[in-house]
Amino acid sequence: MAENTAPKGLQDRMERNIWGLLIVLAIVLSVGGIVEIVPLFYLKSTMEHNQYPEIVWAQAGQQPIIAVAEDGKQKWNWKPGDGVRPYTALELAGRDIYQREGCYTCHSQMIRPFRDEKERYGHYSLASESMFDHPMQWGSKRTGPDMARLGGKYSDEWHRAHLRAPRSVVPESVMPNYPWLDKAAVDGATIQAHMSGMRTIGVPYHDEDIANAPKLVEGKTELDALVTYLQVLGTMTKLDESKAYRE
Amino acid sequence: MEAPLEQRYNFEVVRWFTVAAVVYLVVGALVGVYIASELAWPVLNLDSPYLSFGRLRPLHTNAVIFAFGGCALMATAFYSVQRTCGVRLWSDKLAWFTFWGWNLIIVSAVISLPLGLTQSKEYAELEWPIDIAIAVVWLSYTFNFIMTVANRKTSHIYVSNWFFLGMMVMITYLHVVNSLSIPVGMFKSYSLFSGVQDAMIQWWWGHNAVGFYLTAGFLAMMYYFVPKQANRPVYSYRLSVIHFWALMFGYVWLGAHHLQYTALPDWTGSLGAAVSIAMIIPSWGGAVNGMMTLSGAWDKLRTDYILRFMVMAMAFYAMSTFEGPVMSLKTVNALSHYTDWTVGHVHSGALGWVAGIAIASIYHLMTRLWYTEMWSEKLVNAHFWTATIGTVVYIVAMWVSGIMQGLMWRAYDEYGTLAYTFVESVDAMHPYYAMRAIGGGIFLFGAVLMLINVVMTVRKSVSQGSLQQARAAAAMA
Repeated sequence: MAENTAPKGLQDRMERNIWGLLIVLAIVLSVGGIVEIVPLFYLKSTMEHNQYPEIVWAQAGQQPIIAVAEDGKQKWNWKPGDGVRPYTALELAGRDIYQREGCYTCHSQMIRPFRDEKERYGHYSLASESMFDHPMQWGSKRTGPDMARLGGKYSDEWHRAHLRAPRSVVPESVMPNYPWLDKAAVDGATIQAHMSGMRTIGVPYHDEDIANAPKLVEGKTELDALVTYLQVLGTMTKLDESKAYRE
Repeated sequence: MEAPLEQRYNFEVVRWFTVAAVVYLVVGALVGVYIASELAWPVLNLDSPYLSFGRLRPLHTNAVIFAFGGCALMATAFYSVQRTCGVRLWSDKLAWFTFWGWNLIIVSAVISLPLGLTQSKEYAELEWPIDIAIAVVWLSYTFNFIMTVANRKTSHIYVSNWFFLGMMVMITYLHVVNSLSIPVGMFKSYSLFSGVQDAMIQWWWGHNAVGFYLTAGFLAMMYYFVPKQANRPVYSYRLSVIHFWALMFGYVWLGAHHLQYTALPDWTGSLGAAVSIAMIIPSWGGAVNGMMTLSGAWDKLRTDYILRFMVMAMAFYAMSTFEGPVMSLKTVNALSHYTDWTVGHVHSGALGWVAGIAIASIYHLMTRLWYTEMWSEKLVNAHFWTATIGTVVYIVAMWVSGIMQGLMWRAYDEYGTLAYTFVESVDAMHPYYAMRAIGGGIFLFGAVLMLINVVMTVRKSVSQGSLQQARAAAAMA
């Protein structure tokens, strides 16, 4: 390198020294991300359940979501409205399919606090409601409607017909048909591995939730799993209209 | 006497990246037109899992961003860094590793995405083994670039290289953090982050894939290829310095504007929007800097179709960097979010600016790398018009459909109830979805013309023996 004149100022120095430029860039480029992301992990106001603990199921991880007796009888320890909890084995299998089919490319799961969205979809979404969603499925596009509070709006049978052939129930729909879902079975061992992985990264599963996973998905098709997942969306916690969960 | 070009520089790897970029442009646009048609005529999903919209859409985005955009960035960075530093690439072997590694990643994307192997994070769908490969190959590209600059014969580092370096560092940060996940199977993993934190990280990645990969990297092309093609120096050095540092510092903050009115805390979204508005200034400074480089050479636009492409691209850059900040404002975002307006905005940037400047740079490269003129100048002009018209048809369709969707969703009738069901809005979109598919089709047609022109130019160079002569001169020296 020909150093014909002495460097003048910081800019000139950086233009003469790639390592200097690299270090300054590495610092400048990190600021925005650090300021916007890091506080979200520790500011209490980010997650609404810090102020309203009832949003989350207090028993999560302390007892199984579904207890399975010796004789195979299933007993739910959680009921709709008890609060946000990890997904059951079958729901998680359904969510895996939701991810696999790229449903997030056309459906959001994030209701905004507007009058029309409230009437169309329901109460605005809270951060705590997707706290066990690795990754989140908030989406960015509504080619189809929002899914955040879909659970319970339609019957299981409607969902089955709709997923197999959307235009059989909604003639104007542009959604693809999913005829392959009821021909594929859900694999228990796979779901077990997925749940263990989720627990490693902090999703509070009880030992029995994972141990019983194969029993809970036995004989279920992918269509069953997806419908089960769609039917739980938005039903986990009961939100109170009179409370201001967010500023 | 100076050594011949073919001896001084490694142009061979640039040639491969250049041709690959043109092929991927056609492939990426083809998949795009197909999925656009699926939305207009859903029967095209053909009841096949491998062709369903949800699986092909990530293939389209990955093909245009990483296959076309990536190869264009690698071709132009490897070419311009050698020319501006006056030295050969630091390592030929590493450059070939980058080429074959990157193409292997593209092939694995083409196989894995239709199979439904996805992390379902937008623009970062590829599963964990491919993510690791991307990190390795990206660092090989970065390291070779840095070492080449370190070896340079010039005293100062040219401005295009600042932009390339900024992109390389930021994409490393983004890719590594956003892809952190726990593998639960050979081709399945879950993001380490959940809910709101994951959303912020996802859009920090998403918007900066746009801001750095698709903007900083392509601005580097502008800063090298526009002055070269116009045969004029960059308009203002000061403006370049301001443009560069403001872009590097500011762009990083913008991701939060994708999450206005969501469960992301208000302070984050507002911060994102505030910086977004401020970004109009450096962005327009950059666009002006590129445009004004032509001052004194405007007459060339009559005859130089490559320069035309460049000017069109810079005009789209100015337009979309104005539209973006407007859409980040809460009041506008309330209407535009979740609608086709966003899709239109992305494509005015992607087709008009990113593809425009890359296509122009590739045409410039073709003439330098094969030592001959383009096979057909008329075809370059035809490509210019098809690309421009196709892009305009596309974004007009999306403006209309996007704003219409937003208005229909929030419309009330005289009784105070919602005026439209959701599916009525879907039905109303049909003509615009058809129009969008046509706009995309026109753009695709232009890309095919380019591929033909590129192939014929290579053949012409071979039959004239111009490349062989350059190589022979290198062998003699």
